[in-house]
Amino acid sequence: MAISTAPPAALPTGPASPGPASRRGRGGPRRRENLAGYVFLSPWLLGLMGITAIPMLLSLYLSFTNYDALSPFSEVEWIGLDNYRTMFTSDPSFWHAVEVTVTFALIAVPLKLAAALGVALLLNRAFRGVGLFRGLFYLPSLLGGSVALAIVWVNMFNRDGAFNSLLGLFGVEGAPWVNDPRWSLETLMALAIWQFGAPMVIFLAGLKQIPVELYEAASVDGANAWRQFRAVTLPMLSPVIFFNLVLETINGFQGFTAAFVLSNGTGGPVDSTLMYTLNLYIKGFTELQMGYASALAWVFLVAIALITVVLFSTGRFWVHYADGEDR
Amino acid sequence: MTDLPRASRSAAKHTGLILLGLVMLYPVIWMVVSSLRPNNEIFRSPGLVPDSVQLSNYGDGWTALASPFGHYLVNSAIVVLGCVIGNLVSCSMAAYAFARLDFTGRKLFFATMLGTIMLPIHVIIVPQYILFSELDWINTFLPLIVPKLLATDAFFVFLMVQFIRGLPRELDEAARIDGAGHPRIFLRVILPLMVPALATTTIFTFIWTWNDFFSQLIYLTDPEMYTVPVALRSFVDSTVATSWGAMFAMSVVSLLPIFLAFLVGQRYLVKGIATTGIK
Repeated sequence: MAISTAPPAALPTGPASPGPASRRGRGGPRRRENLAGYVFLSPWLLGLMGITAIPMLLSLYLSFTNYDALSPFSEVEWIGLDNYRTMFTSDPSFWHAVEVTVTFALIAVPLKLAAALGVALLLNRAFRGVGLFRGLFYLPSLLGGSVALAIVWVNMFNRDGAFNSLLGLFGVEGAPWVNDPRWSLETLMALAIWQFGAPMVIFLAGLKQIPVELYEAASVDGANAWRQFRAVTLPMLSPVIFFNLVLETINGFQGFTAAFVLSNGTGGPVDSTLMYTLNLYIKGFTELQMGYASALAWVFLVAIALITVVLFSTGRFWVHYADGEDR
Repeated sequence: MTDLPRASRSAAKHTGLILLGLVMLYPVIWMVVSSLRPNNEIFRSPGLVPDSVQLSNYGDGWTALASPFGHYLVNSAIVVLGCVIGNLVSCSMAAYAFARLDFTGRKLFFATMLGTIMLPIHVIIVPQYILFSELDWINTFLPLIVPKLLATDAFFVFLMVQFIRGLPRELDEAARIDGAGHPRIFLRVILPLMVPALATTTIFTFIWTWNDFFSQLIYLTDPEMYTVPVALRSFVDSTVATSWGAMFAMSVVSLLPIFLAFLVGQRYLVKGIATTGIK
């Protein structure tokens, strides 16, 4: 019994009707089914309310206040849009954080996906040791999010780190990568790209679903490998590419651990690694401006939602669904 | 004639893959080798063969912080265990309701659940922190574990819903005819069949919780309560320039459980992301 027996899931398509139990009569059984439903759902409902929905609304409220975690709630003052005004007009760290985060996502995400797709294509054909390679390339995506690996990474790209020694072998003089504001963010991007294994595995699963007949037909028509890639692989894989793009973009915006470790929690050098979530952490939990941090959080949420909407609307032009369904 | 190019192309592909594999593994191997090197050698060469091997870094690292490193490993293990149990129980219950029960508002709730999959924790962290500090839960493991007991990891609910939908409904019907109610069908029919989904959930929860830094950093500020990631990072803070080897040694120790989880659960990891990830 393998998990792959589960039917393919339509992830971002909303309520795809989770197969209702047949309705047996009215009254008794129906009410019993309702009761059972809510009993089974009760932990989730409690979590939705207590951990997600109410805190979200609270955070919206706090974003209009000057709450600072030090004074009691009774002294919380409603300051209207002041937090948002400060953010957009007089807080340079906000714009730094936006710039750093957007730059990071714009460069690291496409490169990571390209690496993932490239290697997936190489591993798509069965050959001896393919499982070993798949595991090898997947492993970094499990290790890469940890503090331990961030520490290793930062030290590899130190002035005296292994990377510079390696460059030295070729007579190239390196930079103090992590301490140089021109290169510190690139170091973080490299760490993100190094973790291409997770999208790679998703690509591999997608490649397996492309019917071989399509390639046979294309090859009969005289299409070479490149043309087959353009005309068969890319369109057939586009839903999976789209899925990975959305997932990795949203993840990319949330990078925190490595930036925190690299900069010792400051976003330095010179704000060059001030990822948005790190800025939020500094404002809310170092400087204790929790009202302001809530405003930052809501701008973040709206930005991510907007980016997702934009991705979905452009997706209509290049994502091809084999079943012809317009999603 | 055509065999020769094909053979050489395959050889080129293999060589490329092996080279790439080495690049991918380099940071990990460098970490392990550095943990065995004397401090003055770590930053001198990119090579992976140490001139001398010394295990003393491990002893030094183990005792370098306020508590022996084992203390932080135990703390992490407690958090992980709590989160795994929480996710297994709460997510499977929610998934059963979504996949098999017809109750008022199911579609709306299901859509809401999908909507929360990608919700960044940063949006709720401030009020959540206030809530948990009002409850006096700061510097306990409760803020990390209780949300899992309430199925807030919607990703796993979704994964399990997908899995249960793939199970033949006749099994439920048969059990129902035998007089079984929903709790019984869930425990005796569905749960035993969804072991692969439970395994995937276990292994992902394990790895993600073990690596999680953001919430552990926020909720655990007392060194007694530090988990492995927070303890490791306090290493960076406190390290005098001479104990790099000790820091790398503890980095290796902290990644060992992940590595083991990977070896044991590779099958479930790969299948897990492939099933939820795919169209």
